[in-house]
Amino acid sequence: MPKLKVSLLTGRTVDQGVGKEHGKLSEEYQESVAICYMDPEDIKSLGIRENKNVRIITNFGSVVVRLVKSPTAPHPKVVFIPYGPWASLVMNPETHGTGMPSLKGIPAEIEPALEERVPSMLNLLEEHYKRE
Amino acid sequence: MPVVSQVTCPVCGSFCDDIEVVVKNNIITDVRNACAVGAAKFLDYTNHRSVKPLVRKNDELVEASLDEAIRKSAEILIDATYPILYGWSSTSCEAIRVGLELAEEVGGVIDNTTTICHGPSILSIQDVGIASCTLGQLRHRADLIFYWGCNPWSSHPRHVERYTTFSNGRFQKSAWRAHVSRLGGILSRKRLRRAINLVLRRDVFATSEISRELPYTMFQKKRKMVVVDVRKTHSADGADYFLQVEPNKDYELLQAFRMLIADEELDIDRVAGVPVETLDEIADVMIGCELGVIFFGQGLTMTEGKLRNVDAALSLVRDLNQRTKFLIMPMRGHFNVTGADIVFTWQTGYPFAVDFSQGYPQYNPGETSVIDILCRDETDAALVVASDPVAHFPKKAAQNLVKNPLIVIDPQTTPTSLMADVVFPSTFVGIETEGTAYRMDHVPLPLKKVVEPPSNCLPDVEILQRILHEVRRLRSKRK
Repeated sequence: MPKLKVSLLTGRTVDQGVGKEHGKLSEEYQESVAICYMDPEDIKSLGIRENKNVRIITNFGSVVVRLVKSPTAPHPKVVFIPYGPWASLVMNPETHGTGMPSLKGIPAEIEPALEERVPSMLNLLEEHYKRE
Repeated sequence: MPVVSQVTCPVCGSFCDDIEVVVKNNIITDVRNACAVGAAKFLDYTNHRSVKPLVRKNDELVEASLDEAIRKSAEILIDATYPILYGWSSTSCEAIRVGLELAEEVGGVIDNTTTICHGPSILSIQDVGIASCTLGQLRHRADLIFYWGCNPWSSHPRHVERYTTFSNGRFQKSAWRAHVSRLGGILSRKRLRRAINLVLRRDVFATSEISRELPYTMFQKKRKMVVVDVRKTHSADGADYFLQVEPNKDYELLQAFRMLIADEELDIDRVAGVPVETLDEIADVMIGCELGVIFFGQGLTMTEGKLRNVDAALSLVRDLNQRTKFLIMPMRGHFNVTGADIVFTWQTGYPFAVDFSQGYPQYNPGETSVIDILCRDETDAALVVASDPVAHFPKKAAQNLVKNPLIVIDPQTTPTSLMADVVFPSTFVGIETEGTAYRMDHVPLPLKKVVEPPSNCLPDVEILQRILHEVRRLRSKRK
């Protein structure tokens, strides 16, 4: 299965801002943040199409999100996930003594995950944050 | 229909104060002047809200009386040896003040969202100093505007329109018309490309390289905007020039500008992927402006170098002030994150990450900041006010947060409130409750009440006061 080494950015988008005001449990919110913006050329090299699912893997975890063609290309080998519980699963918690984790420029791998589903908010909480 | 005017928008750090809200029978029916996010906040704030306090029993959140929730919260905070009190940037200064009193009373760590936003900027400002101003000055006078590592189109949608390039100042005219014509050109080119591709049935245009050449508008004596980022954001579409920097190379680029401004030679061809000739031309534009400003975002604070990137940016502005007038300002995220820093500072001497465990305030980000405390798994309880750390903290920190007793004060149902042991549904500050908040340039503005809250919802400040009172009562009883 093709894998691509990328630099992962996280950040705000207008849709993420509007989605969170609709409610963190709303479909609009999930649709706006459980996604990954990627350069169209990189999507081609992965051999898949837009709106298919991909798995993002970093040293800190992995998550399945929906692939979206970036409206701000070209930015080869740079992918963007809006802030949210999905992006948080792959963030680098290291603060280097500043209090601030590293949320941009994280080395990551991305691979097609056509058979896997994007976890819903409740599934994600159940799987990763459930108390013992 | 009654229209409430001059309402401040409780969303982002721009804190727009020209919002008009139409209210009918205590329901907001329309919002004018707001951006998409602001409008969504005013129109959809009642979605997914609970109105009754909840307490976890048998691993399930069940409705409880306010007194029971207050008592349970006070017990959690008293029994904890090192509790965290986190959030604060989306509530009023009045509530933050009570929160600090509570943190001191329970000997906990109090931190606000600065810690995961512009914390490194604050550290850098404490090291280097900052040449800054209010947004009104920039609206009227700034003729060269840099947005570095930030994307106002997404995070502060009206910032450019109200305070910088597209605002009509007394001494600087709006660059809106030039932008519209440039946008027309871009759209025409896109249409032409699509038509040619359709006719020839193949993509005859390879992905276009971003032009490095400075457009003629950069050399005109009028307002201009430059965006520096790792990808061409929508903000960059509105700029006169977009400078694409390689990821994690902002420090090199800023230091290169400092050398060029000091008339020193760079004996390499490219810095951070940008040809030195291009940097030289931009440095000349910087020196030639009447009043320049750099707005910087988390492209500097979250990437490699963190506070050192901001050191370089602040130093660049200091250097530029030997040649012209230049200012710099962080693009603060939440509408009252600046207020949180200010109230923390006036009460404790420190802007965030304040530790009261020794009985007096201590400040050492990296040690007393919540992400570090959580990653080291040192805390044993938490109170979260108007924030959603489960959604936005790295996984390891969020996991250690939710495994201990957790109290949440928030008007909305969030991933954090779903994981909590006690949930207080408070009123929406700036919609249902008055208060004070500080805009990103440290200007305090009032938060308005435009509708009545549900009868059983209390403001954050009142809930915190009641918890504080209960903590003191239980403590004296236990003694």
